[in-house]
Amino acid sequence: MIEHFGAQEMLYLISTVRWTLLLTLIAFAFGSVGGAVLALLRLSRHPLIRGVAYGVIELVQSVPVLMVLFLSYFGLSAAGIDLPPLPAASLALGVWAAAYLADIWRSAIEAVPYQQWEAASSLALTTPQQYVHIVLPQAIRIAIPPTIGFLVQLVKNTSIVSVVGMVELMRAGQLINNVTFEPFAVFGMVGLIYFVICFPLSYAGRKLEVVFHAGRRS
Amino acid sequence: MPVVVLEDVHKRYGQLEVIKGVSLTVEQGQVVALIGRSGSGKSTLLRCINGLEPFQGGKITVAGHVVDQNPKRLRELRKEVGIVFQSYNLFPHLTVGQNIMLAPRLAKGVKAAENRVAAEEVLRHVGLSDKFDAYPDNLSGGQQQRVAIARSLAMQPKVMLFDEVTSALDPELTGEVLLVMERLAKEGMTMVLVTHEMSFARNVADVVVFMHQGLIWETGPARQVLESPQTPELRAFVKAEVA
Repeated sequence: MIEHFGAQEMLYLISTVRWTLLLTLIAFAFGSVGGAVLALLRLSRHPLIRGVAYGVIELVQSVPVLMVLFLSYFGLSAAGIDLPPLPAASLALGVWAAAYLADIWRSAIEAVPYQQWEAASSLALTTPQQYVHIVLPQAIRIAIPPTIGFLVQLVKNTSIVSVVGMVELMRAGQLINNVTFEPFAVFGMVGLIYFVICFPLSYAGRKLEVVFHAGRRS
Repeated sequence: MPVVVLEDVHKRYGQLEVIKGVSLTVEQGQVVALIGRSGSGKSTLLRCINGLEPFQGGKITVAGHVVDQNPKRLRELRKEVGIVFQSYNLFPHLTVGQNIMLAPRLAKGVKAAENRVAAEEVLRHVGLSDKFDAYPDNLSGGQQQRVAIARSLAMQPKVMLFDEVTSALDPELTGEVLLVMERLAKEGMTMVLVTHEMSFARNVADVVVFMHQGLIWETGPARQVLESPQTPELRAFVKAEVA
């Protein structure tokens, strides 16, 4: 039976936004920790550590996110570890985010001129002190725009988790369209909700850039 | 008493030997100017002294520290050796005051109040008392370089290295930096500098070292070396620099 896309459907749509946001949050948190560790390992002085980090990053980036998700849901399940959809989806998106954030942050660290390292080490700072006080504050400023850009991608890519049975915003839209058959209204609204989430992110990113620009002309 | 001693130092990049056995002694309070063409090895030699460049043969000691690549020993060495670079290399995200106070706090554990007083003192010394809270990007090149000198001085080094510190500055700004260096020399700071400023070398340096093809080609008291060069290479170099 065909229903109309009304207030009830609208409320349902909005209620599923929480899964989109929750997944984004968990994946970004997990991805940040993993990405930071991978980025530092990728910059290690030891070729073996560097190589392993490089391998992990390239491997994850070279396969579809969907495949990582299948592995963490069906793969782990076959191996005897039965993860419910939310943890499995969080794990997959987190691993995927880590691989990309690692590359973004590594390149931001490398974009800090090597003379900054030279000056800092010539002042008898230890390597951790050079990172904390000299290089990371400058790298963070460089990393903000691409990191926010990636975060926006992450919000939208949470839609793939519908394949393991989670009903987030995109899947909810599909379900509602199946009973209302008003694709323009339904998906128009879905798109608008994504925009309402993503645009403030981009905007906040630009504001943050200005904050980190404090006192600087270039 | 010698502060810096180089004994038969060799440095190679792969097959290419850029320093081919250099021995040099810098006494306390002495100002030694390294001159020579680009590629003669003078900057590389200077950077060997504080361990920024590893070297393959020979031995360098600075104020009793043997220079090698061990991170812990390098840090101990670098508490005693200040270096100023051609491109200033101030930390752009920190104010002038923070630039100066960072290393004494982190590397030497100097207390905040004491650190602030010392930072103001070195900044006054380079004539920039009013710039304590400014950011490097808001300073001229000459001012940035003077802050870089102040930042090194705040560590109370036993020797200061200067790597072509005026090469990125126009003549007007060069003067104010050289003035600061001259004052340091007069106060008895031990200094090793790589420079293209021949008049500065002649007037301020005690010893001039002319490097050529990775070797000390000619050396001696500044005036003598620059005014009566013994080798055709130095004669040609002096002529080209003065012209």
